[in-house]
Amino acid sequence: MSIQADPVAVDPTVVVSSGVQLNKRGRRARLGIFRNTKALVGVVILAFFLLIAIIGPWIAPYDPSKVTPEALLPPSGAHWLGTTGTGQDILSQLIVGTQGVMVVGLIAGILATVISVIVGVISGFLGGTGDEVLSLISNIFLVIPALPLIIIIAGLLPAAGGMTIALVIALTGWAWGARVLRAQTLSLRKRDFVEAARANGEPLWRIVFFEIMPNLTAIIASGFIGTVIFAILSEVTLAFIGVTSISTWNWGTVLFWAQSSQALVQGAWWWFVPAGLCIAAVGTSLTLINFGIDEFVNPRLRNTAASAGILRKKKIRARIGFTPIYRGEEKEGVA
Amino acid sequence: MKFLLRRVGFYLFTAWAAITLNFFIPRMLPGDPVQSLINKYQGRLSTDAINSLRVLFGLNTHTTLWQDYLTYWSNLFHGDFGISFTYFPTPVADVIAQSLPWTLMLVGISTIIGFVLGTLAGVGLGWRRGTWMDGLLPVANFFSAIPYFWLGLIAIAIFGVAIPLFPASGGYDAGLIPSFSGDFIGSAIYHAALPALTIVVSSVAGWILSMRNMMVTVSSEDYVTVAQAKGLPERRVMFGYAARNAVLPSISGFALSLGFIVGGTLVTEMVFSYPGIGYVLFQAIGSKDYPLMQGVFLIITLSVLVANMAADFVYAFLDPRTRQEG
Repeated sequence: MSIQADPVAVDPTVVVSSGVQLNKRGRRARLGIFRNTKALVGVVILAFFLLIAIIGPWIAPYDPSKVTPEALLPPSGAHWLGTTGTGQDILSQLIVGTQGVMVVGLIAGILATVISVIVGVISGFLGGTGDEVLSLISNIFLVIPALPLIIIIAGLLPAAGGMTIALVIALTGWAWGARVLRAQTLSLRKRDFVEAARANGEPLWRIVFFEIMPNLTAIIASGFIGTVIFAILSEVTLAFIGVTSISTWNWGTVLFWAQSSQALVQGAWWWFVPAGLCIAAVGTSLTLINFGIDEFVNPRLRNTAASAGILRKKKIRARIGFTPIYRGEEKEGVA
Repeated sequence: MKFLLRRVGFYLFTAWAAITLNFFIPRMLPGDPVQSLINKYQGRLSTDAINSLRVLFGLNTHTTLWQDYLTYWSNLFHGDFGISFTYFPTPVADVIAQSLPWTLMLVGISTIIGFVLGTLAGVGLGWRRGTWMDGLLPVANFFSAIPYFWLGLIAIAIFGVAIPLFPASGGYDAGLIPSFSGDFIGSAIYHAALPALTIVVSSVAGWILSMRNMMVTVSSEDYVTVAQAKGLPERRVMFGYAARNAVLPSISGFALSLGFIVGGTLVTEMVFSYPGIGYVLFQAIGSKDYPLMQGVFLIITLSVLVANMAADFVYAFLDPRTRQEG
């Protein structure tokens, strides 16, 4: 924790102040993210779900689609999360469904990030007419409501499987990242180290990939995570309202069957509560990782991110309006 | 003024892009949904309906794409979105006109309540950072990650089924006829309570988090320190100096995230069978009612654009810098 005034860390606008410091700070970046408690909790939760996604089909206790006469049983030793109205095991449905959720989220996230990097960096770096056209396109995609657009595209497709959905989500969800990346590229474009590289006669691709891009890592990463959250929520929502194929399992499909089989009226809470908690857990873990990145990029947030208890122990008080000041052990803290 | 004109120009352009997108999407996608629909409704569709379908989906083989496009626009200007299958033979425009007011009331009011509450809470949390109030952040974080519709399900399970305080579905008592009588309005508010609560609770967390972070950043600015040093009352420094500046990104964020929120609220309507545009969309999906789906998409997009424009004007009014830069 750098609570002490660190000359570099004080200025929030400086992502990386110069090319020389780049490597050193880059290494600290990777470590710093994992030293952050929030981010660490997020990574652990996410890793758990990723593991389930990979080994899910082997560890599921039952066949998730198998209809049995044991209908609508509450949670018990044999069925940890109970059964559905047609006697299917809910835990198995959730475990098997994890894969679909994760795969679509990751693919959509990767595709959207690639599009946003291409559009954002080119538009920020080029300037002029090219920039105006590209920003116009990303602003249009930003204001058109994405979910209804995804719904009509997916609804028109005859059989919308996971890959198609990922593609549609990526095509509608890249604009936010592109906008942020463009702004950051604009501010980097005129920095000394880029000018120096240009004066040295470095080719354009080298300037883009080796001078600009490393300074965008944090923003790209947080944009990627944001898109994955968006993709997972969209995918689950689409499955819940029955736009996508209901024959493959994901958490939204579980909720779709719960809703259409009147689980609410029958008080079968075990049918719809766990799936929602899974979605919330994955969403929270990703948000926590994003906070870690934010706090790394913006030191003012990092200072206050330390929990109240730690601050008090170190005799630091976050006084109204002021950046917390560390005054050493001997003093009473800031008045 | 120049700034506002440019924004209006941008929104007009976006509206054009959305309408054009709506025109091209069914033509670009594989498969022939309409022919199968015409077969399915064999004999029940009038020639008029079939013709408007052909224009909508480009099945007219003896007209060019450009002619189709012009016909599409002229139909739009006449308020002709085609005929709905779900509510056959009601025109799509009528179905939308009936459901839109419900959505505008529910979504409009609850989104604004969520924004105001969340922003106020964010001001408080950002100002008192480093105290026990920071413990609320993980809770807000968790709520911002929950999908709207799931919170709706939980709300129904608790307040509709387990403790039947509120009706779990519908927009008003089945026995009443929609009118401006006290009975009807009371019943409408009573039915809107649960969906509105869901929307407020799930949208409030996002505003808290973004406002809190802005407050933290702004409250270490020099002018806040000076205001504090001058001995101004704390409330004045908090609202008049810090919050006033911190709220600006939240307002432009409000405009940008509106599209996302509207998506979530539509699904909330589906869960509550609320007679708004989201529920209409839900039924359209269920019965593959393409003209209705497209009409709903257009109306949602246009409404979001209008709301965005309003947010932009508020922003220009609050932040003189936008007006100067022009």
